[in-house]
Amino acid sequence: MRVQTPNGFNLDNSGKRIVVDPLTRIEGHLRVEVNVDSNNVIRNAVSTGTMWRGIETILKGRDPRDAWAFTERICGVCTGTHALTSVRAVEHALGITIPENANSIRNIMQLCLYVHDHLVHFYHLHALDWVDVMSALKADAKATSQLAQSVSPWPLSSPSYFKQLQMRLIKFVESGQLGPFKNGYWGHPAYKLPPEANLIAVAHYLEALDFQKEIAKIQAVYGGKNPHPNWLVGGVPCPINVDGTGAVGAINMERLNLVSSIIDRSIEFVEQVYLPDLVMIASFYKDWLYGGGLSGKSVMSYGDIPEHANDYSEKSLMLPRGVILNGNLNDVLPIDHGDPEQIQEFVVHSWYKYPDETRGLHPWQGITEPNFQLGADTKGTKTDIKELDEGAKYSWIKAPRWRGHAVEVGPLARYVMGYAQGRAEFKEPIDKFLKPLHLPFTALFSALGRTAARALECQWAAHQMSYFQDKLVAHIKAGGTSTANIEKWSRESWPRKAKGYGFTEAPRGALGHWIKIKDCKIDNYQCVVPTTWNGWPRDLKGNIGAFEASLIDTPMADPEKPLEILRTIHSFDPCLACSTHVMSPDGQELVTVKVR
Amino acid sequence: MVATEETFYSVIRRQGITRRSFHKFCSLTAASLGLSPLAASRIANALETKPRVPVIWLHGLECTCCSESFIRSAHPLMKDVVLSMISLDYDDTIMAAAGRQAEAILEEIRTNYKGEYVLAVEGNPPLNESGMFCMQDGKPFVEKLKLMAEDAKAIIAWGTCASWGCVQAAKPNPTQATPIDKVITNKPIIKVPGCPPIAEVMTAVVTFITTFGKLPELDRLGRPKMFYSQRIHDKCYRRSHFDAGQFVEDWDDDSARKGYCLYKMGCKGPTTYNACSTVRWNEGVSFPIQSGHGCLGCSEDGFWDEGSFYDRLTTIKELGIEMNADQIGMAAAEVVGATVAAHAAVTAVKRFMGKRTGVAQDN
Repeated sequence: MRVQTPNGFNLDNSGKRIVVDPLTRIEGHLRVEVNVDSNNVIRNAVSTGTMWRGIETILKGRDPRDAWAFTERICGVCTGTHALTSVRAVEHALGITIPENANSIRNIMQLCLYVHDHLVHFYHLHALDWVDVMSALKADAKATSQLAQSVSPWPLSSPSYFKQLQMRLIKFVESGQLGPFKNGYWGHPAYKLPPEANLIAVAHYLEALDFQKEIAKIQAVYGGKNPHPNWLVGGVPCPINVDGTGAVGAINMERLNLVSSIIDRSIEFVEQVYLPDLVMIASFYKDWLYGGGLSGKSVMSYGDIPEHANDYSEKSLMLPRGVILNGNLNDVLPIDHGDPEQIQEFVVHSWYKYPDETRGLHPWQGITEPNFQLGADTKGTKTDIKELDEGAKYSWIKAPRWRGHAVEVGPLARYVMGYAQGRAEFKEPIDKFLKPLHLPFTALFSALGRTAARALECQWAAHQMSYFQDKLVAHIKAGGTSTANIEKWSRESWPRKAKGYGFTEAPRGALGHWIKIKDCKIDNYQCVVPTTWNGWPRDLKGNIGAFEASLIDTPMADPEKPLEILRTIHSFDPCLACSTHVMSPDGQELVTVKVR
Repeated sequence: MVATEETFYSVIRRQGITRRSFHKFCSLTAASLGLSPLAASRIANALETKPRVPVIWLHGLECTCCSESFIRSAHPLMKDVVLSMISLDYDDTIMAAAGRQAEAILEEIRTNYKGEYVLAVEGNPPLNESGMFCMQDGKPFVEKLKLMAEDAKAIIAWGTCASWGCVQAAKPNPTQATPIDKVITNKPIIKVPGCPPIAEVMTAVVTFITTFGKLPELDRLGRPKMFYSQRIHDKCYRRSHFDAGQFVEDWDDDSARKGYCLYKMGCKGPTTYNACSTVRWNEGVSFPIQSGHGCLGCSEDGFWDEGSFYDRLTTIKELGIEMNADQIGMAAAEVVGATVAAHAAVTAVKRFMGKRTGVAQDN
């Protein structure tokens, strides 16, 4: 059947159906089905979130000050970002302000997540879509060294370094035990890098694996551990004591030095390894500009990283804020999280039940009742699905909309927003990236563009960490050592009823939490997360989601080996544990228990 | 198959490590695990002769924090774990293959390494909705879990999800998320709880199995004794402040800045069995209490449903004696008010009792 969606995509599900499940190298569980035509070009795409945990249901009746710990466990990959969103939501509801130092420390922790998460995504979740590990075995070590040294001053680049690494890889492969590289798509025609570039990328895959654990130490200093550091409503839990009795139990000079040293090394790694690798890979893939999907049409960013404590206005936020619709970069629209007409969620194709499924619900009014049912055209059974029926309900992800519009979120959305607003810190790096590749601005609307925006943002975040670390030190020097505001810590100081919201930009995109508090307990809690914005199923009007849109019209070399699908979906950095949990406001038993 | 497989020993020899330094490495590994010199030679022997053990790492309902923690391991480094120590043949989070090519690996390992592979499970299966709250390849995750458990040599339950249920199993547990030992009942399961567990604890459990070819000694709840037999409180560096009655009373107060005990801020260290206060986190950089927040008790069964994280504990087992908060307060007041001599005597008695307890445990 051929249809055109209202958001401008031509679909045809008559061709051969290809199923990819599990779609690996993501957080959580995702299934993708596509139809290809006789030329193996994707003409229809169906993305399905395949898990649901119900964390907001669990939050009902709890102490709002505990919510950060529960919501933090929504995702251990973007660890901390839900916790930060949660403490902001509670503070908004209860009118709690935080000290300047707490703002700086929170920003450093959030930016630390950006640097860590973007780096790990590029090398360990995404690189194998661009890099052929087995091709690296054929590289000439001397030529590899020359190539490496021509793009970066990074010292680990001698011929003997690459030779040793290659020998280790050869022995590894000869062992017959390929571990995570087993059954990969090696030799696939969609791989474009020469052996030497592949060897460099494999070397940096391993170096980045070593280095990422260093970056995470910043969160351990301020939050006690990583993954899942500790947070606090009203500030941060770590006190500052740089020059007094017991300073060893607080943030002191040694701790500050440790963080500063890791920040410096992070900047060095991102600028000498990650960015040169991005440019190297982009130079071989600049003709593969598929995967743009919604990015050239409609994007959204809430903004984050407040320069000033307690000021979440667009002016204070260092990451851009706004909505762009239908590719109109001249008109950045404002967002209001409290306006019931703006952000709404729909469930017509999601495994949930609304009293009226033709209408969307604002998160403060959000309800969720699981409703797992399959359409008549499903192939297989209810517990052994071969092919889904996208004409019916087909995903554990809801469909969120901004004023009824489907939007893409994430690093590319943020950079497009910053570019549209003419902000030099976003515009100049993009131009600098595109110019030597002789690519126009519109080339950004692709899987490669999404991957590039993420790398540029990683560099930006590493430098902002340095900025806020300096700001923290300057504030301490000026005599400001406060890290928590306890005026409204006790429940007795709270109103009987309150509601609020908190937002951040998670590494994957716009993240919002909405809370209602009644009698000092959580009465309703709702999260609308980045992968819900990107991974949603079709809506009532037949619009397709960002994941689905990004796959349309992509040619596949071999539909049995879905490398192109992986490449484009991975460019979003999907996080499915995030995207698939919602709440029932009445807390009733949701489904019948079946004991197996 | 075995002829082409490289042993751990040959891998590290190839990396330019001498036989002498290899044996030194084994001694250090043994020392860090608290083992005898004899054990060091057993490690050396084990690593020289064995091919890498296949590991199948499954993900149910979870947040991937266990995987993220695992890759933070400083000793051994993750690249050496993956390239030289185990054969991580299936792990949806990092594997190159997807879909059909990924699922084919499960069948291959189950057939070719029957009874020889380690099954590592992150997250847990939901049982409501016929298991379809977590589906993979169109089928309930619980089916895949049970199938892969059948022929595993050992099963590891990573983190609090697989061990106890964790956050999705907190009340009212809408998906009926279930710890894996409730669906795999015919095999011993090594529980490595924590949200997440400490990186080096995770890699130590894996390398213990591959090195010694046996499961670590477990306590009655299935946790490795080497890491989970003592409470955070037992080894906490702020313990002396607890004993002295020096407590943080408010966030960021003068006592917080001096690093006093966080018990009154809700710290669950006195009832939590884990290695945070000894191994610590992120290569020993810190642990929650060191960075000013109380322990949440994240390695304990049902820790989400024990009231607010900021409510102080009302029962603490102290030297085998049940004490409630009031009694602790009184004991603390006594210590604070005591003379130096009396305090010294109390400390001496405690030390003696601690020793005796230690001997009893060793036996």
